[in-house]
Amino acid sequence: MPQLPGMLVGLGVTAKTFFKTVFPNGPAGPPAPSKGAHTVQYPHVKEAPPTRARGVIALHEDNCTACMLCARECPDWCIYIEGHKELAPPRRPGGKPRQKNKLDRFDIDFALCMYCGICVEVCPFDALFWSPEFEFSEMKLADLLHDKDRLADWMETVPEFPAYESGSEQKVRKVPSS
Amino acid sequence: MITSANMLAVELAYWQETVLRGVVGLVAVLLPTGALVYLFLFKMMSFMQSRLGPMEAGPYGQLQLLAEFGKFLQKEDIFPSKADRFVFAAAPFVVLVSTFLLVLVLPGGPDAHFIDVNTGIYFALAVSSVSVIGILMAGWGSNSKYSLLGGLRAAGQLIAYELPLVLSVVGVVIMAGTLNMKGIVASQVDFGIWFIVPQFIGFMIFLVSIQAELTQPPFDMPVAESELVTGYLTEYSGIRFLLFFIGEFATAAVFSAIGATLFLGGWHIPFVDLDAEVMNWIGPLVLAAKMVLIAFLIFWFRITYPRFREDQLQRLAWKFLIPLALLNIAVTALFKVVI
Repeated sequence: MPQLPGMLVGLGVTAKTFFKTVFPNGPAGPPAPSKGAHTVQYPHVKEAPPTRARGVIALHEDNCTACMLCARECPDWCIYIEGHKELAPPRRPGGKPRQKNKLDRFDIDFALCMYCGICVEVCPFDALFWSPEFEFSEMKLADLLHDKDRLADWMETVPEFPAYESGSEQKVRKVPSS
Repeated sequence: MITSANMLAVELAYWQETVLRGVVGLVAVLLPTGALVYLFLFKMMSFMQSRLGPMEAGPYGQLQLLAEFGKFLQKEDIFPSKADRFVFAAAPFVVLVSTFLLVLVLPGGPDAHFIDVNTGIYFALAVSSVSVIGILMAGWGSNSKYSLLGGLRAAGQLIAYELPLVLSVVGVVIMAGTLNMKGIVASQVDFGIWFIVPQFIGFMIFLVSIQAELTQPPFDMPVAESELVTGYLTEYSGIRFLLFFIGEFATAAVFSAIGATLFLGGWHIPFVDLDAEVMNWIGPLVLAAKMVLIAFLIFWFRITYPRFREDQLQRLAWKFLIPLALLNIAVTALFKVVI
């Protein structure tokens, strides 16, 4: 049985992990599994997620042109957009009033969303951002449909974009102007 | 596992004794089962994986089992539309009955037993193979290909490992010269040392075999979730799944207790007379402690090793364990005759 030593090594690994977990203070110290374990007891102890974690999607409404790209690219079709055209003042005095798309409704159904981030990637006007907030569970499934006000509230939690390397300022685009 | 009426020094009517036996039997099966599941499956497994396991229900999750019980009771008892309803419904009870019958012959003290038959260990091994029928019933009655394959795998595995199990016990029986469980315990005391020392190879074969009999990892091909969903359990839900679950771990507890009786001297502790009156009361506790010891090994192996492949499993049984067990028997018999 050439496998036998390997089998014993396996038993040793589990035993060692056991003792490391139960006795993190060494064999003489008192057993303290909650200190030795690598996991965190979530509702009581909260770990901060990484800054760029993909928790929830935030909407910067002023940038949105209701172009519908995100809604169309969404694999789950969980983005609902409605809008109408409005007249905006002309850019130069004496010019013709511009036509502008005004957002009536922008909902993301987080009960359907699979957090793939394609909408954030595809948005050409920097209107969608990832926020690391993840505690937005609800008692009712329907309450997971976040409307545009709620999505705009998430903008406060979007982290600042890290500074670019020197010489690359030309490329700066994705900065949340909150 | 008490209740000879003479132990209690009161006269009980037949029905009173029957009720008492029923209650004690339930306690004798469910209490060690719950203890093993909580101690090893919930806690030791978690610690070996560097996590804490259930912590919310009661202090350190001690009431988690009650919560699980309540959860399973609430669930719908689903029958597949084309299932063989009677066979499907009866299967978990067949498995459970075989487990409860196993407890009957376990002695916890000189008078603490349910029945005292001369063919105790023979009875136990015979009754333990009834569970194969229950598992085949579950596999066939579900009318699902996963269940059927899982049931057939389980049947092949249980039959293959019944042989080394029985053969490893034969070594103990040869040394003891009796099939009676109490006789085996008494002969270990007469021999001077528990049978785990002279029958160490038999003990190892016994451990591997019960691991396979219980379909615990690394021998859990019948419920291999990556291939067969959960094998013969696939179509079960609610209370019937719970019964299978209890059956699996109660059998683990009872087989550990049988192993403790055969190899670790049953209720015997050194320097205390085996037949002392007090052993009726502390005997079951001693047996339970030894049971936990053997169950610790079973669950340690379960937690450590990955799953075998089906052909590796059969090869291990037929080409390695059975010849080794036969050799063990031959050597044991030789020593018995010579010495």
